[in-house]
Amino acid sequence: MSHLFQQQVPLSLYLLLSALLFSLGIVGFLIKRNLITMFMSIELMLNAVNLTFVTFAHQWHTVFLQTHTGPGADAVKGQIFVFFVMMVAAAEAAVGLAIIIAVFRARATLAVDRIDLMKL
Amino acid sequence: MNVSLHLWLIPLLPFAGFVLNGLLGRKLPKALVTTIALLAPLASFFAVLSAALLAWPGTGAGPVLVGLPHVETYGTWINAGTLHTDFTFVLDQLSLVMLLIVTGVGFLIHIYSAGYMAHEEGYWRYFAYLNLFLFFMTVLVLAGNALLMFVGWEGVGLASYLLIGFWFQKTSAADAGKKAFIVNRIGDFGFLIGMFLLLANFGTLTFSEVAQKLAANPAWTGGILTATALCLLIGAIGKSAQLPLYVWLPDAMEGPTPVSALIHAATMVTAGVYMIARTHFLFDRSPLALTVVAIVGAATALFAATIGLVQTDIKRVLAYSTVSQLGYMFLGCGVAAYSAAIFHLMTHAFFKALLFLAAGSVIHALDGEQDMRKMGGLRKHLPITFWTMTAAVFAIAGFFPFAGFFSKDAILYAAFAQGGLGIVFWFIGLVTALLTAFYMFRLWYMTFFGESRSPDIHPHESPWSMLAPLVLLAVLSVCGGWIGIDRFSNFLAPSVGEHPLAGSAQLEIGLSILAVLVAALGWFIADRLYRKHPDSPARIAAAVPAGYSLLAHKYYVDEIYNLLIVKPILLTSKFILEWVVDFAILGGLAWLLAGIAQLGGAILQRWQSGNLRSYAAWLALGAAALLLFVLVPWTSVLAGFGIHVGMVGH
Repeated sequence: MSHLFQQQVPLSLYLLLSALLFSLGIVGFLIKRNLITMFMSIELMLNAVNLTFVTFAHQWHTVFLQTHTGPGADAVKGQIFVFFVMMVAAAEAAVGLAIIIAVFRARATLAVDRIDLMKL
Repeated sequence: MNVSLHLWLIPLLPFAGFVLNGLLGRKLPKALVTTIALLAPLASFFAVLSAALLAWPGTGAGPVLVGLPHVETYGTWINAGTLHTDFTFVLDQLSLVMLLIVTGVGFLIHIYSAGYMAHEEGYWRYFAYLNLFLFFMTVLVLAGNALLMFVGWEGVGLASYLLIGFWFQKTSAADAGKKAFIVNRIGDFGFLIGMFLLLANFGTLTFSEVAQKLAANPAWTGGILTATALCLLIGAIGKSAQLPLYVWLPDAMEGPTPVSALIHAATMVTAGVYMIARTHFLFDRSPLALTVVAIVGAATALFAATIGLVQTDIKRVLAYSTVSQLGYMFLGCGVAAYSAAIFHLMTHAFFKALLFLAAGSVIHALDGEQDMRKMGGLRKHLPITFWTMTAAVFAIAGFFPFAGFFSKDAILYAAFAQGGLGIVFWFIGLVTALLTAFYMFRLWYMTFFGESRSPDIHPHESPWSMLAPLVLLAVLSVCGGWIGIDRFSNFLAPSVGEHPLAGSAQLEIGLSILAVLVAALGWFIADRLYRKHPDSPARIAAAVPAGYSLLAHKYYVDEIYNLLIVKPILLTSKFILEWVVDFAILGGLAWLLAGIAQLGGAILQRWQSGNLRSYAAWLALGAAALLLFVLVPWTSVLAGFGIHVGMVGH
């Protein structure tokens, strides 16, 4: 069991990948003008966070199995949370895309710099 | 055995009348308004009567049902720290006499009003106010502690204000109402300070408890008691129109005449006298305060009487006469003859209410004319008014056996028997009696005798609703004093204490003969000047123009007050309060705050660029800062700079 654990990709690499994806998301969100690209950047950030969840959940599950016997709900909390995030992301994507389509129909553009009618 | 007298009914019945007429009166038919307005005081009067009969010692064959003083408490009003105040009504001999006067005379004046005000626009409003007045007045009289009395005290002031300004379209009436209210506030201020002193030194505002504490400590005299008594006196001076706060009462004549009779002659203005009698235990312990009361009373009596000599408005003469007679009552209180003062209060309520109502009848007959120089010869046209007025004039002048004779004599005798300064007070009282007789007979002659000075007016006698109260009050003005001061003061003794006089029966008879002679002299002079030689007053006035104009202008007191108090206050309000405080300081502060907000808004506005990416950048920056805050081990970083944070002892 323990040698199997040591053979695995180390935890830090997962987290590094996650941080990289999250930063990509942020940068993409900040520098892109197209609403759809920005939207995709948000998805990227969400999934970076999901990756972190999964990583830690797996880690915690392993430790849990070493110290406890029998299944426990705590061990899979992280996994479950990922499903929540995916679900919310799906809902958000639906609403967000609908808004984007509506905006595009109204203004024939998706460049955020031009969609500033709410400004005083 | 003690049964409830349901004292709460006495004030609550007029209050019900006020609520009904005040809320619905505009829509109710006039007859119903009248019924409600008259039933309320009548029922209240019967409530007083039944309480009186139940409490009357020795009337029934059986044991006395209710002992006086009879206390009824309806619950706690204020209970805060050491201050404990109840809704307490007390019926004792003093409040019983006062209640009989207030509700009895009050009811008669209500009847009169129904006739006098019959054609007025705000008929229902008038009666609502009048009932409201009775409510507050009975609360004032029944109150068992100073605070509850103050409620009534302020309430009658309000009713007085509303009724003086009843014809509020008239500027003079509205101004007179305001004047009455504001001048009274000065007195009320004194009353309040007096209450604070009571509370600070006795820990209670209940009259009986203060009296008990004083009785338990016979050594307490002067000092703080004098201060308390003088503060209460200021309140009484304001309410009872004494020097120097009397100025509101003559102006209060702008109100309807029955109001003058009820509020500004018979009842409300005597509240000050009642209050002094109610707190007599304080005044008794302070010879200085008593002397001040007597001086105020004597000075007012003489001062107002001299002004009354030359007034030409029939109601103003009566107003100054009221001020003067109230001075008599204060004089009585000041020589510790409280029962004599209350006795005079009672007879005065009868004859002065009658004088005002009769004057109202005259004014009514002449379609609102109040100037006596345009009257004359009314004796033939208004016989009943004339005869009732005659009874009142003889009563106030102090002729035997009219009511005023007994009460005025009792006060003068008490002053004389005191000796020392009392002799001076007696002499002032005697001179005042002379002046009173003179100006009352002057009024009598100018109004009813000689030839009519306004031939084109055809006076008509008033309706019976007005004449019936006149007749009843005339009977009271004649017989009201027959009870005699001895029996009256014996009755009141449990309430106001025993104050034996040093004089003798011979002295009393001698003094009263002298007083009647003086009154007769006043009559004689009036007869000479105003009947035999009607042109002589003008000649006398022309002979001493300075003196005449001084009196005619009421010693210029209003002008002096205007110059010394009203003008400076108005100027201060205008220049300091309005321009400096309001405009510069408060306005400046407001502008400053607005400016800061505007500037801040202008700066912060730049954040709301509407640029989505700038928002996102701020968001990322904030998240980064938060992360930095959480992840950096601040404790060790700071320790590197030599700063140690954390809990002491760790």
